This record gives sequence, structure tokens and C-alpha cells, in this order.
Amino acid sequence: MSSIDNILELKHISKLYPGVVALDDVSLSIRRGEIHALVGENGAGKSTLIKTCSGAIEPTKGEIIINGETFSSMTPKLSESKGIGVIYQEFNLVGDLSVAENIFLGRAIRKGVIVDQRAMEAEAKKILDSLNINIDPRTLVKRLSVGYQQMVEIAKAMSQNAQVLIMDEPSAPLTSAEVESMFAIVDQLKENGVTIIYISHRLEEIFRLCDRITVLRDGQYVTTLNTAETNQDELVKYMVGRELTEIYPARDPGCIKEEVVFEARDVCGNGDKNISLQIHKGEVLGLGGLVGAGRTEFAELVFGMEPKTSGSFFMNGKEIAPKSPKEAINLGIGLVPEDRKAKGALLGLSIRNNINMPIYPKISKGSVIDTKKENEIAEKYKEEISIKTPNLEQLVKNLSGGNQQKVILAKWLAADSEMLIFDEPTRGIDVGAKQEIYTLINTLVEQGKTVLMISSEMEELMGMSDRIIVLSEGRVTGELTREEFDQETIMRYASTREVE
Amino acid sequence: MKRALDIAKDRAIYVVLLVMVIFFAIANKNFLTMNNMLNVAKQVSIYGIASVGMTYVILLGGIDLSIGSIISFINIVTAYFMVNMGMNPWLAVILSLVICTILGFANGWIIAEIKMPPLIVTFASQTILAGFAYIICNGRPISRFDEAFLWIGQGYVGPIPAPIIFMIIAFAIGAFILVKTYFGRYFYALGGNEEAAELSGIRVKRVKYLVYALSGLFAGIAGIVMLSRANTAQPNAGLGYEFDVITCVVLGGVSVNGGSGKISNVIAGVLIIGVLANGMILMNVSSYMQMVVKGLILLLAVGFDCVQQANLLKAKKAA
Repeated sequence: MSSIDNILELKHISKLYPGVVALDDVSLSIRRGEIHALVGENGAGKSTLIKTCSGAIEPTKGEIIINGETFSSMTPKLSESKGIGVIYQEFNLVGDLSVAENIFLGRAIRKGVIVDQRAMEAEAKKILDSLNINIDPRTLVKRLSVGYQQMVEIAKAMSQNAQVLIMDEPSAPLTSAEVESMFAIVDQLKENGVTIIYISHRLEEIFRLCDRITVLRDGQYVTTLNTAETNQDELVKYMVGRELTEIYPARDPGCIKEEVVFEARDVCGNGDKNISLQIHKGEVLGLGGLVGAGRTEFAELVFGMEPKTSGSFFMNGKEIAPKSPKEAINLGIGLVPEDRKAKGALLGLSIRNNINMPIYPKISKGSVIDTKKENEIAEKYKEEISIKTPNLEQLVKNLSGGNQQKVILAKWLAADSEMLIFDEPTRGIDVGAKQEIYTLINTLVEQGKTVLMISSEMEELMGMSDRIIVLSEGRVTGELTREEFDQETIMRYASTREVE
Repeated sequence: MKRALDIAKDRAIYVVLLVMVIFFAIANKNFLTMNNMLNVAKQVSIYGIASVGMTYVILLGGIDLSIGSIISFINIVTAYFMVNMGMNPWLAVILSLVICTILGFANGWIIAEIKMPPLIVTFASQTILAGFAYIICNGRPISRFDEAFLWIGQGYVGPIPAPIIFMIIAFAIGAFILVKTYFGRYFYALGGNEEAAELSGIRVKRVKYLVYALSGLFAGIAGIVMLSRANTAQPNAGLGYEFDVITCVVLGGVSVNGGSGKISNVIAGVLIIGVLANGMILMNVSSYMQMVVKGLILLLAVGFDCVQQANLLKAKKAA
């Protein structure tokens, strides 16, 4: 096949970040006019790959060939002028401008210095009609539903003569009715000769829409399949397809006790529906699912950050209803949040201050801090979980990711938390430090603490959990005991959609 | 060696102060006399006292534009209590300070609960309080206070004027709260990252109430000192004071983005403003020109802070 049949080719693309290989020698060809799916687990490198195409990031190595023209890297302007459009999950729209103005944002049709509203509206109408989108170009974008806003984004890309449209999880924010309309537009785009790269977690969508499917895993290219010649089971195998490696330190199986430390009964709110679960003393309960399944949202409910609308929580058999993180902490709950830098650590403060932050009132007389105690506590936990630092005055922003995570953990140990919630505990942490975090989690449960661990890394989830509960779209869709752990089963539960 | 360098960097503002003092001492031989130095300290005492509360506010990443009007307001209210109502001066002072604290608390409550930008909230309360000051006194100054009350602004402890003593006490208490109590830690935590602070179990809203209430209280104390010194209450007494106080604090190295700053350096900021004003007067610089200079200094101080923050960010990214 001559290369001109491929509208877009990626050759040997690698992207290295300090300590992390995001993309490792990925090669991929997109045929003119096809709908090509890109699938893989979280962190497989899909987003990084499309960002190299759109010019948002520069590949460390490799070539991008568009219509036979070779580039070593892209800029957003260049990629746009070469006909590549991207629909991100977050829209780039201005709510207070009209549909037409948004479509031509920054490229307004003008007569001299005056914007020619009428010409712009007529032009916008033409584009919308070509896609069978029925909206008035004069409507303000903020009055449109999410589904229609997405259509405006698509129309915007088309107005820039996009030949390749990359759609990143386009169905994620949509209701099921909106998803159907979006499919219709994607079909129309294909008919109009536009090539589409479609990224989604939802396998049934991919089988409904796409001609070919490329699977990525751990930043590497796995395979490309013709949709007609494969099935969901095979695809899942390719997506997860690896054996657990031995990086998960063993722990004493006897540390799980009978007693239930924490229980949720029919909890609703913050996007979650009727979540019930129990966690035992000394147990690591894994919370699996796709991004947006409602796991972090559940953690927010437990930690008092968001109010639940119904249902109840119990701690050691007593009903609790924390209305703020402060109350949750006093009840013995600690949260190690997903976004360490934005939420977990106070980067501008010292290690000593960070560790003592929740307990300052307890180690103060009147309101004057007992600095001797403050130092002792910080020193104790620094030793206990071996935070690597020359001194406790070190600002947390100067520490490595793994050590920052340890400081956050030390804070909850100092606060004597009984249950710890880890949200993606090892995201962005290098392999060596990961193992240390795992060992720490083991130590915690062996000391009788209870751990709820949210993880999108299948390996981590299976390697660390005693039991796994899978969420999808805010509901519990499955529960597995250690003997039942199986990547494909988890994947299937995680992509279960609500039947409406 | 590196440590010495860090200290020098940390205290750069004192070097600026020193250079300025040397400059004016050479330019005018009346500058570096004991008398004039005490004069400078006395003149800045009002800014100095108010700057303690403002330091907390800016540490939180906020701003309080209402303090000029709080100063005017407490002038009129205290005078009204004493003169028109014949209240005991000490009772009048305490009552007025309570009112100022409540006013500051109200600012904080609106900022925390309604989530309005501090700039707008305190800008509005500035105008409201200025209006009330005029309403209470009908636009006319109030004077003839009790002899005892006048000691606050005009008395001496040994050779040192009482306002300077009050300023020193305010700085000492201010630094004590910031360094020794856990509230100080909370201020830094909130200014650094509100969300992370909340998730560490700090009741963020309560800290905001407290800080704006303290800003009101310190502005109130400054207002009392001013009233006693002037021996008359003017409804526009505090006009524009927020500007000078904010300049002092920012000049003292408190980052406008919140999260970093020290009272000990704010003292230098206050003194620089005092030395500058005094020196310019001695050198016959017109008061209009003084305004231009003060504005430029604020711009320079904030600009310096912003450039430094940007560099820090760049260094972090490179690492």
C-alpha cells in the first residue's frame, strides 16, 4: 500500500519524561477516510500520542507524516494548518459568545476592521448543515447542552478544514441520547470524507463505529486489528495482556480481622448511586473502575468534602456523618488524594509543618505550639516511614514525588487515623518509590489500620488488594475476592453500562 | 557560606533601608538626629500597627481595602462615645475596638461564605464605613477629649513616645501569633493552598473570619492612636491609609500571592516608608511628588515579588 493511502503516519514515536517512558517507539498508520479507534488502559499513552499529533507536546524521538509530508515535531498552529483537529474532553468554547462566533473564534470574518456577523452566521450555518446539526448559529453557547456544545467544537474543527479529527473520549460527558446523536454526526463526518481517530474506554462504541482498532499498553504499541475480525474478549486480552510481576511485597494474611471498621449503606450523592460496602480491620479494599466511574467522588463523600444525599456511613458500628474534612479526620479517617501537588501536600511549608498540620491544636497549650512535641512527632514519623531528607525544615516542594507521598502519609499517622483512603497512591511516582509505598501500605494494615485504595492501574489493584469492588457510572458493578481476581473480569465490570 | 547568603537574601530589605538612611543622612544633616529618628518612628506608628493585620490578610492571599475607612470610623465613633455621650474614655476605646473587630469579621464572613473576591468586599465596606463616619458626626469634626485619653498618642515612656511603644507591642504580638501559635501555621497553609489546607483538617472559613477580624482590630488600634495624637476626630482621618499600609506590607516581602512573608521584614517595610516620607520632606520634595514616588514604590515592590515568583516557578519546572 502506498503511503498516500495513509493520511497520517506516526513512526517510532517516543516520549520520555524524567523517570517515565510515556511512549516507547510507537508506530501507527491511519488510512484515509477510516474511523480508527485507539484503546488502552489508563496510562497506556493514548493521550500522549494524540498530543504529539496536535502539537501540544514534542516527541523525544520519531516522525509524524501527514499526507506524505514528514515532520519531526508539531506545533498547535502547524498541526491545525495541516488539517488535524482535536476534540478534547474539555471544550475550548466561550459561553457568552454565539455559536457562529465560537466557530470562527480568532478567525472572524471581517470587512475591514468590522466583524461581518451575517457572513459568519451564514458560513456557520453551512457547516452545521453539512453535518446535519440543527442549531441556530446565533444561540449563545452557554445555553446549549453539553452534547450540542460538543457539536459546536466539531463544527469549529470542520471550519478549519480538518481532514483528521481526533476525538478524546467524546462520549464521556454525554447522556445516552446525546451519544446517539454524536454517533450520527461521526457517521456523517465519515461520509464527508473526514478521517477520525476515536479514543474511548467503551468497547461497545468502538465496535459500533470503528473500522480498525489500535491497542496501546504501557506506552507501547501492541497491535492493530480489523473490527470485523475481532471481538471484545480478544480486545480486552490485548489491553491488559500481561502477567503480574513480583513487585508487590507479600503481607501477613492473618492481619485481616473479622470486625468491620467502615461501612457504607446505600450511599448516594456526588454522582454516586446506592453504594454499599464494608471494610474490615486490617484489610486493603481496592476500588476499581475507569476514570470517571465515581471512585474519587465516593472518597469525597466519605471524607466530608461533598454532602451525601442519602444513605449512611458507619465507623466501628456507629453511624457517622462527617460534614467537613476536619470532622472526618477527628473520626479517624485520612485521605491521601490523587492530585498530590494540588490537594495533598502544602508544598510551600516544611516537612515538620506538614506532618503536624492536622494535630496542631492537640500539641498546643492555649494556642501556643509545643515546639518540642512538634519536632518529636515529625522526627518519629520521618524515621518510621523513612522520608529521605537532610532535615525537617526542608520545604515539601523540594522533595521527590515518593517522599511527598510519604509526608502526606506521615501526617495521617501522626493524626492517628484508623482508616486511610488512598486515591491513586503511586501515580507519577517512579518504580522504586512505588514499592516503598506498597510496603508502607502493608505495614499499615499489619498494624491494624484499614485501607481503601482507589487505583486505575490494574496490576496495582490486583497486587495490593485483599478484595476488589468495581464501580461503573457511580454504581457498584462487581465484587471480587482474591481468588476471583482476573483482569478481564474486572475490565468487564468496569465497562458495564447501565441498561436504560 | 550558603547559609549566610540565604540570610542576606532573606534580609535584603534591611539593606535597602540602610542604603536609604545613609543617602538621606548625607543629603541632609538634620536627618540622622535622635530627635528626627524618633519622629520617623512616631509617624509610622499608625501604619505599623495596622500593617500587622494587613500582613495576615495578604499572607492568606487576600487584601483589605477597608482599613482606611475603619480608621476614620473608629475616630468618629470613639470621639462620639466620649464627647457626645460622655462615656469613660477607656470604656469607649474598648467598645470601639470591639466594633472594629466585628466589622473586620463581617468582611471575612462575606468573603468566606459568599465567596466574593476580597478586593470587592473590602472596597464596598470602605465606602460604606466612610459614609457612616460622616453620618455619625454630620460631617463635622469632634474634639475636646479627656486628658487621660491623650496620653495614648502624645505621652512618653521615658524618652520614647507612647505610639512607638504601641507599635512595638503590636509587632511583638503580631510576630508571636505568626511564629508561636498554630494560627500562624494555618495562615501560611491557607495562603499556600486553600484546598490542601482544608484537606489537612483546617477549617478554612473560620481562619478567614479570624484574619479579617484581626485586620479590623489592628486598624482600630491604629485609629485610636491617631485620634489621641490629633486630639480631634475627622471623618476622613484614615483616607488613603490602606494604600500606605499595603505598600509597607508588600515592601516588607509579603507575597501578594499569599503563603510567604515575615513580620520582621514588614517592620523594615514600614520603616522604609517612614524614612522616605521624612527624608523627602526634609529635602523639600512636594507632597504631589511624594505621591508619585510612593506609587512607584508599590509598583516596584509588587513587580519584584512577581518576578521572583515567576523565577521560582521556572526553576521548579526545570528541576
